[in-house]
Amino acid sequence: MTDTAYQHPLMQAYWAQLDTRFVEVEAVFEDVMAEALAILSHEDIYHYLDAARLIGKLGRGVEPMLAFMEEWPSVVRTLAEEAALPEVMALVMKMQKSPNSRAITPFLQTLAAVARTLQSREQLGHYLDIALDFMVRTTGSIHGHHTTFPSPGLPDFFAQAPFLLTQLSLAGLKNWVDYGIRNYGNHPERQKDYFNVQSADSRAVLQRERHGTLLADVERKLDIYLRALWRDSDHLVPYSTAFDAIRKPVPYYDQLGIRLPDVYDDAGDISGLDRYRAALAHMVGHRRWSSVQIADNWSPFQRMAVEFFEDCRVETLLIREYPGLRHIFLALHPKPVEGACDPETTSCLRHRLAMLSRALLDPGYGYGNSDLNDFVTRFRAVMDAGESSTAEIAALALAYVAKTRRQSDQFAKIYFDDTVVDYRDDNRQLWRFIEAGDEEDAVDEERKIEPGEEVHGLPPRHYPEWDYASQTYRPDWVSLYEHLHPSGNAADIDLLLEKHGALAKRLKKMLDLLKPQDKVRIRYQEEGSELDLDVAIRSLIDFKGGATPDPRINMSHRTDGRDIAVMLLLDLSESLNEKAAGSDQTILELSQEAVTLLAWAVEQLGDAFAIAGFHSNTRHDVRYLHIKGYGEHWNADVKARLAAMQAGWSTRMGAAMRNAGHYLEARQADKRLLLILTDGQPSDVDVQDERLLIEDARQAVKELDRDGIFSYCISLDPKADDYVSTIFGRQYTVIDNIERLPEKLPELFMALTK
Amino acid sequence: MADKAQYKVHQEPYYQPQGNEVALYQAAYRNRLPVMVKGPTGCGKSRFIEYMAWKLDRPLITVACNEDMTASDLVGRYLLDANGTRWLDGPLTTAARIGAICYLDEIVEARQDTTVVIHPLTDHRRTLPLDKKGELLQAHPDFQLVISYNPGYQSLMKDLKQSTKQRFTGFDFDYPAPELETAILAQETGLAEGTAAKLVKIGQTARNLKGHGLDEGISTRLLVYAAMLIKDGVDPLDACRMALVRPITDDADIRATLDHAIDAVFSQ
Repeated sequence: MTDTAYQHPLMQAYWAQLDTRFVEVEAVFEDVMAEALAILSHEDIYHYLDAARLIGKLGRGVEPMLAFMEEWPSVVRTLAEEAALPEVMALVMKMQKSPNSRAITPFLQTLAAVARTLQSREQLGHYLDIALDFMVRTTGSIHGHHTTFPSPGLPDFFAQAPFLLTQLSLAGLKNWVDYGIRNYGNHPERQKDYFNVQSADSRAVLQRERHGTLLADVERKLDIYLRALWRDSDHLVPYSTAFDAIRKPVPYYDQLGIRLPDVYDDAGDISGLDRYRAALAHMVGHRRWSSVQIADNWSPFQRMAVEFFEDCRVETLLIREYPGLRHIFLALHPKPVEGACDPETTSCLRHRLAMLSRALLDPGYGYGNSDLNDFVTRFRAVMDAGESSTAEIAALALAYVAKTRRQSDQFAKIYFDDTVVDYRDDNRQLWRFIEAGDEEDAVDEERKIEPGEEVHGLPPRHYPEWDYASQTYRPDWVSLYEHLHPSGNAADIDLLLEKHGALAKRLKKMLDLLKPQDKVRIRYQEEGSELDLDVAIRSLIDFKGGATPDPRINMSHRTDGRDIAVMLLLDLSESLNEKAAGSDQTILELSQEAVTLLAWAVEQLGDAFAIAGFHSNTRHDVRYLHIKGYGEHWNADVKARLAAMQAGWSTRMGAAMRNAGHYLEARQADKRLLLILTDGQPSDVDVQDERLLIEDARQAVKELDRDGIFSYCISLDPKADDYVSTIFGRQYTVIDNIERLPEKLPELFMALTK
Repeated sequence: MADKAQYKVHQEPYYQPQGNEVALYQAAYRNRLPVMVKGPTGCGKSRFIEYMAWKLDRPLITVACNEDMTASDLVGRYLLDANGTRWLDGPLTTAARIGAICYLDEIVEARQDTTVVIHPLTDHRRTLPLDKKGELLQAHPDFQLVISYNPGYQSLMKDLKQSTKQRFTGFDFDYPAPELETAILAQETGLAEGTAAKLVKIGQTARNLKGHGLDEGISTRLLVYAAMLIKDGVDPLDACRMALVRPITDDADIRATLDHAIDAVFSQ
């Protein structure tokens, strides 16, 4: 027991109850208690000190105790009711009993900030549940019984929690946490990066889960909006608002496009979409009606005033065009309170201009200031005369600055409340500086590309991957590289064709039947090439019976064309190098023969046909090899590529199918068919969960189906029935006797396209 | 001989000229030149022909062309009746006999082999051979052939043959300028000018999207419908959605934008 003597007996009692020897606590005890006494009831004080004593005795040093004592009163104040002390203490105790006691301090330190964003005890309860779930799922164990390793991400998670909750709803937070645990559960370092919001993946998922209207979701609507209402169009480029906490970027436009925030929350009854529209409309106004001004001779204050006036001018013109915009602008425009800024101590220029801006837009603004009213009248008079011009309005703005100037405008302390109009752009297009600034950077303008930075091949394409557990896409998860397949000796393929000469002859007969020659009969024609006997007799009977006969008794013919685009996608994974059961040829060789025959057959038919192979080495390197393009004929180049076919690596099917679909989609054909020849289930070395890639492939099939592409799988895996029906539904064939593949494949194709 | 009176246009149709097309048409008619009118749907092509028929005091026979139409649907055919067969003139033949203006609406919808039958009527010969009947019909001196087509939305397959095109003089129609269109709406429905101008503004908005998700903008005809609904007491916002937006597109994004435009134009 310490020997500190407190003057007040009550204070002494509290100190005794706290029962601690930490000098750091002693140093702040009186201040902390003063705050606590102001907020907590008598009974709460008792519980508060009890909890603090307990935390102090955990053996984690002074920090958790200090954090708790300092934070808790403000938690109670924000929740404004009987605070959730038991729940919080329960979580602290659980952390203490697990290896995660290191996370107690960050948890307690950010608790007040978290409570401030959550605002209710119920919400706080959900937050604690998420944290507990997180802890349980990421705390490692060696033999499955006792948890031994602390959760790597938990302390970081607590440290980031206040930031995360400003960006995400609780449901969003839960999804974000789930995603991190599922994908980085077994990888401590990556897990830390994820929960620190450092990794790109973490940010991407955060972005996806954010509340509000995402630009990406409404981009097309905004394009149409620009075009339809304003006859304007430009690139819409998002910038991120999530990671610049101090200096919020502002919309702007330049030669490269219109920059807008990536997400807008609803503001009152104005939806995020309407906020985008307001921002766009404002910028369109500048593009239409503003002219560039020389900025050099004006002070920053004068420029600011000109910007406010000019913004109001273009908005007045916009409202003239579409009166409904006034409602949106006014709802988004702050309404500064007259007299809220004290000109004796603070720079009020911004406040004055924001008030004026409000008054210029809002007919019922109700400010009393006579200068302001005078200029509102002058502005209205100018605008009533027509469109006015930037120069004219700038003169008015300068007059206003001169009239209302105060010494205090120069003060460093600037009044900012209610002066930011967030749908307006930063007006960078309004100004031109004749003299370059001091910050001359012409020296390093000519930058040469460093030698050795040559790009090999095409840049990768990124495809998402379907995560069945969360029913979401992992954004840009797979990197796919496209190459032209290396070439070999084309004569080998001709040899293969000779070897299957008999089969080729048989196929040829079938092909002749398939060739576009089929006539379609068009009946019920008044004029046609032949008499349609059935109808003619019916008409005659009608006629004899006294009824009006149908004169359409002829028929004619029309040839039915064949309009199919086919893509054959070959799985070139390592397993193809195995010998086929009961044969001395490898599966690869048999596939080669089969593809040769098929390619030859399709060439005879004249259908658009392409061949590509794929294999993968983790999600960062999926290779997609073009063997035959749609524009190429069955010639020596193609044969040479086919002859060089080699197998290796793994089978990440979904990404390859999406890429094949991308090419097939561009074909103008009635029917588009994607044939996939594979010998095993989708798998890759970086995926432990067998089901994941199967579900992803299934999702890819669904996507293709949605785009009007029919996918069909030819599986050479006798045990394929288990998974292949999951992926392809009923659109598959399993070829058990691989030796017969060369004849089966073309037959199958013909059957499919008959 | 068919009853001429039934094809007459008895009441003056309301037509607001956009330029000097009335005088040009009169000149074409004086010389009995075949006329082709082009333009987007609902911009007043048919109304113009109707008006000209009234002004020239000629009967007007209109045929709406479609894919199943055959040459005999135009020229005429033998019908069977209890006593044997009877010849019935088609609309084109009737028009050539009585000296009417024959108006083939949306001619490209008809098959190309069908349209060939009009060729002998449209050059110096001005005859129509009725080969089934064994008659060579000399067209009445007052007869004139008019076709209309909308070059916008049809596919490449549905264009007129050069040999057909080059038999006609042409008029290009488009949606009228905003002030004119406002006047048309006001005149046609009795709607106040202010509201009519707002409708026209919405029409312009949608026309900006032609080729960017819309095949055709909002036609003057649809604007007239909306104006009628408003005149009847329907709330302008509802009337616009019903008459202007819902018919032209199923694209959710375009709908949302047009709905927003309606709000932006009509609310204060």
